[in-house]
Amino acid sequence: MRPFDYQRAHSPGEAARMAAASDAMLIAGGTNLLDLMKLQVHSPARLADIGRIGLDGIQETPDGGLRIGALATNTETAVHPRVRADYPVLARAILAGATQQLRNKATTGGNLCQRTRCYYFMNIDQPCNKRDPGSGCGAIGGVNKLHAVLGTSDQCIATYPGDMAVALTALGAEVVIADSEGKERTVPVRDFHRLPGDTPWRDNVLEPGEIILAVTLPPSVKGIQLYRKVRERSSYAFALVSVAALIAIEHGKFSRADLAFGGLAHKPWHDPRIGELLVGQTPSPDLFDQAADLLLEGAEGHGDNDFKIPLARRTLHAVLAEAVEKAA
Amino acid sequence: MPDELTVNGERHALPDDPRVTLLDFLRHDLGLTGTKKGCDHGQCGACTVIVNGLRINSCLTLAAMHEGHQVTTIEGLGIADAPSALQRAFVEHDGFQCGYCTPGQICSATAMLDEIAQQWPSDASENLDGPFEPSGAEIRERMSGNLCRCGAYANIVAAIRDVAASEPAA
Repeated sequence: MRPFDYQRAHSPGEAARMAAASDAMLIAGGTNLLDLMKLQVHSPARLADIGRIGLDGIQETPDGGLRIGALATNTETAVHPRVRADYPVLARAILAGATQQLRNKATTGGNLCQRTRCYYFMNIDQPCNKRDPGSGCGAIGGVNKLHAVLGTSDQCIATYPGDMAVALTALGAEVVIADSEGKERTVPVRDFHRLPGDTPWRDNVLEPGEIILAVTLPPSVKGIQLYRKVRERSSYAFALVSVAALIAIEHGKFSRADLAFGGLAHKPWHDPRIGELLVGQTPSPDLFDQAADLLLEGAEGHGDNDFKIPLARRTLHAVLAEAVEKAA
Repeated sequence: MPDELTVNGERHALPDDPRVTLLDFLRHDLGLTGTKKGCDHGQCGACTVIVNGLRINSCLTLAAMHEGHQVTTIEGLGIADAPSALQRAFVEHDGFQCGYCTPGQICSATAMLDEIAQQWPSDASENLDGPFEPSGAEIRERMSGNLCRCGAYANIVAAIRDVAASEPAA
C-alpha cells in the first residue's frame, strides 16, 4: 500500500466533507478497498474511516418497511428476524455471497459501492478504461468469462459483482444519500448503478462529497421470493448468472413478477418489460421463453462469456418454474 | 482507552503507520505468529481471528480501525498444554497435514459454532428459520472461507462435528 493519512470521521456530515476531496476515500468494512489498495488499484492520499459515525442498525419504517443503515453489516442484515421473515430474497442473496468472515465486515453501503472483479481492472499492468480512462479495455478481445453480455459499451464490459444489490433491485429498495451540507436525496437501487457508456470509471450516481446513509425496503410483499445463483463452485464464488425473483400467482396467473439479474451487466439488471409481460398470464414454458427473449434482446457475448446468454435463459426458466411449483 | 486495542486480554498501543493491517500488527508488532498470512487478500482464511466475537480476515482490515476492540487469536483460544476442545479434536481427527491453515480453521470454527448456537442461517440451510444443525453440508458451507491446500477437509469436518456434538446447543 502507498502511504496515506488516516483519519476517523465522527459524523455523517464530517464523512461527506472528507469524501469531497479528490484524493480521499472512505473506508467502512474495508474488505474490497484494502484489497484494491494492496494491488495499488486505489492509492488514496487520505483515508477517512467512517466505521463509527452512527449509521449502523436496522429499523422499522412507519410504512412497515425497513431502513438498513449504511454501516449495518451483511451479517446483521442476513440474520435480522424481519429480513428473514419478510425479505427472504435479501437474506438468501447475502448468504450466497462471499464468506462469513467477509460478511461480518462488509457493510450495506460498501457492498453497494464495491468495484468490479474484472481481471484487467484489478491488474495495474493491464489497460482498463475504468481504472485508467483512455487506456483501453483489455477484456474486449481478452479473457472475459466473468464479463457482461447486456448494456456494455465499446469502452467497458465489466460486471457489477454483488449479490445483495440484485435482491434489492428486485425488491424496489431505495438508497438514501446525503451531501456534505446534510441535504438528502433518495435514489432507487435500480437507478443507483450505471451502465459504462463512455464514462466507465463511474460505477454509480454518487457525486463527490456524497455518502450513503441507508437503504430502505418497501413494506413486505406477499408471494414467493427466490434467489438463484449459478457459479463455478458451490460456495465463495461470484455469480456467473443470478436471478432474484418476487413472484405472486393468483387464480393460476402471475399477479406479480419482479425480477432482477446479476452477472450479466455493469449493474443489477432490471427490465420492467418482463414483469409487464408475465403479469396476468398463465405460466407456461412458452411464456418463460418470451420473458427470456425480452431479457436477452440485444445480448452480446465476447467469447469466453458467450455461455451466459443460454445460461441466463435456462436460469430464468428454472426460477419461474420453481416459483410456480412453490406457489401451487 | 485511546489508541489501544486488546489482544487475548492484553492491551496494546496501535501502530504508528496506519498501513499496518491487523494481521501484520499481530504477527510483526506483537509476535503472535500463530495467525498466518496466506494470500493476504481475504481469499484463504489463514489469517482468521475473532474480533468482538465475530470472525474476520485480519489481512483485510487495518489495526487502526480496531481501536478499543477485543481481538482473540489462536494463542488466546488455547496453548499446547491447555488446548481448546477444537484444538484437541483437530489433533485427534488428523485435521491437518502441513498445519499452516490450522489456526485460521480453528478460529473460524470456534466462531462458527457460536453462530450455529445463535441460530444464524447459512446458504446451505433449507430454511431461514432453523433449527440449524452442524451437519456436514452446513459445516462445509460455513467454513468455505478457510482453504486447506493439503486437502484435509474430510478430517476438519469430522473434528468440528465431534466438538459440535459434545457441546449442548444454546
